Amino acid sequence: MRRSLLFIPGNNPAMLQNADVFESDAVIIDLEDAVSISEKDSARNLVKNFLNSYRLPIEVIIRINGMDTDFYQADLEAIVSNNIDTILLPKANPRDLIKLDQILSKIEQKNGLTKKIGVIPIIELASSILDVREIATSPRVNGLLLGAEDLSSDLEVSRTLAGDEIFYARSMIAISCRAYNIDAIDTPFTDVRNEEGLLADSQKARGLGMNAKACIHPNQIDIVNKIFSPSKEQIEQALRILKAFENAQKEGKGVFSLDGKMVDKPIIERAKKTIDKAKRFGLI
Amino acid sequence: MKIGTCGSVESNDCLITVKESSGITIHLESIVKEYFGKQIIKVIEDTLKELNITDVEVTCIDKGALDYTIRARLITAIERMNKNA
Amino acid sequence: MKNVLNRFVPRGYIPFQGSKTIINSSKRKLIPEVYTSNANKLCGSLAEVFDKLNITDGMTLSFHHHLRNGDYCLNMVMQEASKRGIKNLTLAPSSLFPVHAPLVPLIENQTVTKIYTNYLNGPVAKTISEGKLKELLVMQTHGGRARAIEAGELSIDVAFVAAPAADKKGNANGVDGPSACGALGYAIPDVKYAKKVVIITDNLVENLDYIEIDEKYVDYVVVVDKIGEQSGIVSGTTKITRDPVALKIARNTAQLLNELGLIKNGFSLQTGAGGTSLAVASEVKKIMLEKNITASFASGGITAYFVEMLEAGLINELWDVQCFDLEAVRSYKVNKKHYGMSSSKYANPYEEDVVVNKLDFVILGATEIDLNFNVNVTTDSKGLLIGGSGGHSDTAAGANVTIITTPLIKSRIPIIKKELTTISTPGEDVDVLVTERGIAINPKRTDLLDKLQNSKLNILPIEQLLEISYQYTGIPEPIKKSDKVIGVVEYRDGTIIDSIYKLGED
Repeated sequence: MRRSLLFIPGNNPAMLQNADVFESDAVIIDLEDAVSISEKDSARNLVKNFLNSYRLPIEVIIRINGMDTDFYQADLEAIVSNNIDTILLPKANPRDLIKLDQILSKIEQKNGLTKKIGVIPIIELASSILDVREIATSPRVNGLLLGAEDLSSDLEVSRTLAGDEIFYARSMIAISCRAYNIDAIDTPFTDVRNEEGLLADSQKARGLGMNAKACIHPNQIDIVNKIFSPSKEQIEQALRILKAFENAQKEGKGVFSLDGKMVDKPIIERAKKTIDKAKRFGLI
Repeated sequence: MKIGTCGSVESNDCLITVKESSGITIHLESIVKEYFGKQIIKVIEDTLKELNITDVEVTCIDKGALDYTIRARLITAIERMNKNA
Repeated sequence: MKNVLNRFVPRGYIPFQGSKTIINSSKRKLIPEVYTSNANKLCGSLAEVFDKLNITDGMTLSFHHHLRNGDYCLNMVMQEASKRGIKNLTLAPSSLFPVHAPLVPLIENQTVTKIYTNYLNGPVAKTISEGKLKELLVMQTHGGRARAIEAGELSIDVAFVAAPAADKKGNANGVDGPSACGALGYAIPDVKYAKKVVIITDNLVENLDYIEIDEKYVDYVVVVDKIGEQSGIVSGTTKITRDPVALKIARNTAQLLNELGLIKNGFSLQTGAGGTSLAVASEVKKIMLEKNITASFASGGITAYFVEMLEAGLINELWDVQCFDLEAVRSYKVNKKHYGMSSSKYANPYEEDVVVNKLDFVILGATEIDLNFNVNVTTDSKGLLIGGSGGHSDTAAGANVTIITTPLIKSRIPIIKKELTTISTPGEDVDVLVTERGIAINPKRTDLLDKLQNSKLNILPIEQLLEISYQYTGIPEPIKKSDKVIGVVEYRDGTIIDSIYKLGED
């Protein structure tokens, strides 16, 4: 369960060292777009040595280079260890995800990992949208990240502040993720100085069913965490529902009402989820 | 001559250059030399030992890099030196 | 001799005994104000002033720093002194900046042999750190300087007062003319108590709308082409930092202030003009808007940011000792609720109703802080002079809650130290340290700790914050200090809180 995932460029020691001070739920250390072709080797070594030296108190995700490049194998060889939790795969397709699962299994076995590395595919190709159900159910996948910049170039459309061009992709990803109970992670908002824009964009994504958002600047995390956390009112209402449910059970009542409205199983389940989230994010 | 470089002179980074040579020599220029000069030299020596490197001249221009950065930049510089063979 | 903080005090100086010990047990010393008897004040040149006042070897000359790094006046005066071959001068500028580099050869050739100041950086600071000033440098605080002058301890023969506007009778202000700098708070004690006062202006007018310096104190007025460079005097705008670490520190600071109940109707605050301080002010402002709260006053050096809050009705009054930007100058000139204050009214420990004592909280910086919360803002960790207390110790002593904000590590150097290079402000007056990896509360503030019992903020003992920084940096090797004392840090009560040593090993 995540709300905010912060991108950190892999070849920047100053930023790596502060990766965990900004209260994001996860950090995505980037070996792909943030690292120039000529520095892929140094970034890999830097990230590996950094993770060997410091245990981060949050989820560590590594964005490797795409499986259509010459770099991804060396990336995986260098960084798959107990120090990381998740691989973020660019330009994901179902075939690559099968292959990635096999490579990860081999490395996990070879290096004696005590945990199973998760995978978040990036949905940034038109074909990935069509394959999204298959991608969502591929091995190890525990969330999908929408990559709106690359997706809109694949679609040959421009990115806009309103985001109509990604409406379908957001909805598709959100629905698939809900259906398979994994995280629906929204595309980052690229204008890092526009706080109001970020707020509106996050609200829109949340309204469509996304439950988290990637951030490309630490200053975005506060807003993203706020939007993707249950609100105070939602938490209070959920607590009331669960309290009423408890009382109803004691009295042996199967069905009960609160504020004159029938409370049934989906409402109780939803209240439980809200409380789980609130606990997870330290809100209660 | 075989040579390899890695890193930068940005804050919290270091620029390491390695050259094939006989024996080990280390040149260090650091903004925190008074506090961490010995420690930086030790990281360089330990890393070379781990890599079984005995003949190299290392130049490190340090801008406040932590140990892991010095180590990573040195390893990459040596990999690059060996590739340039 | 050692003081209560176990720091060396050179012979002939009084050791520091605790922040309130002397102030609480002694009375204010005041020499009489000095009025002029001179009626014909206008001089054609600085040379004429030197002749008329017979400025000679061994005298003490003072200056204010309201023109900051744009100041021409100190250099002009010293050029005249040098031309005349005057030696062994004592200088008492309230601060020195890189623009004062021409002082370097005058220190080396002993035109100047002693300096009192509150803050210095640049080439002069480096020269003094290298041990080239003949006598000891005395670093004072803004309030301490006012106190020393009115007590006659720092006796000024001639105060040279750069004034952006003046009339020929000697009335002056800082708000009019091409070199406007705003409030002239630091010059006021000099004007009242110096034996002679000389106004240097580049803007002689018939009538002044607003008088900050009264003619009764002024002996001479001299007109020059330019008293300073506008771009160095005030910045166009002061901006809030975008540095994410600084912003995180600012957010945590504001949250802490909120949890401590310090953001309440009628509260008062002071922050510096640095990017992080402004970020704290901006976060505090958000809370004020959310909870519909107004502050009674903000004090110190004033920036556009506080002017905006005054004009928006979020702050009732500004108490301004110096204006940091053009917006502050404009506001100071026109807004009746934007008051000027002298350095004495601002920070003199003996002043009745002194502004610093009314502060609910102050946000300050540090180059080093030790496990007892003592703070260094005077030298860097190698011992090079890079600043000074200014109002640091004054506000720390006066404010109810003193908060230091700093990143835990600056280019591999941990800011928390087991031993400070130099102590500027005593730890007994410092209550909170906010860093990006946690907040430490001075254990003697049990009241604050009680209020924060259920806080979700990451509150740790300062020792643990030191351990965290060591996990990143490793343990630094101790620096070998020179034994040669080149200066003293004078606490606001006139006692010596620490000595300053020559740079490098002997």
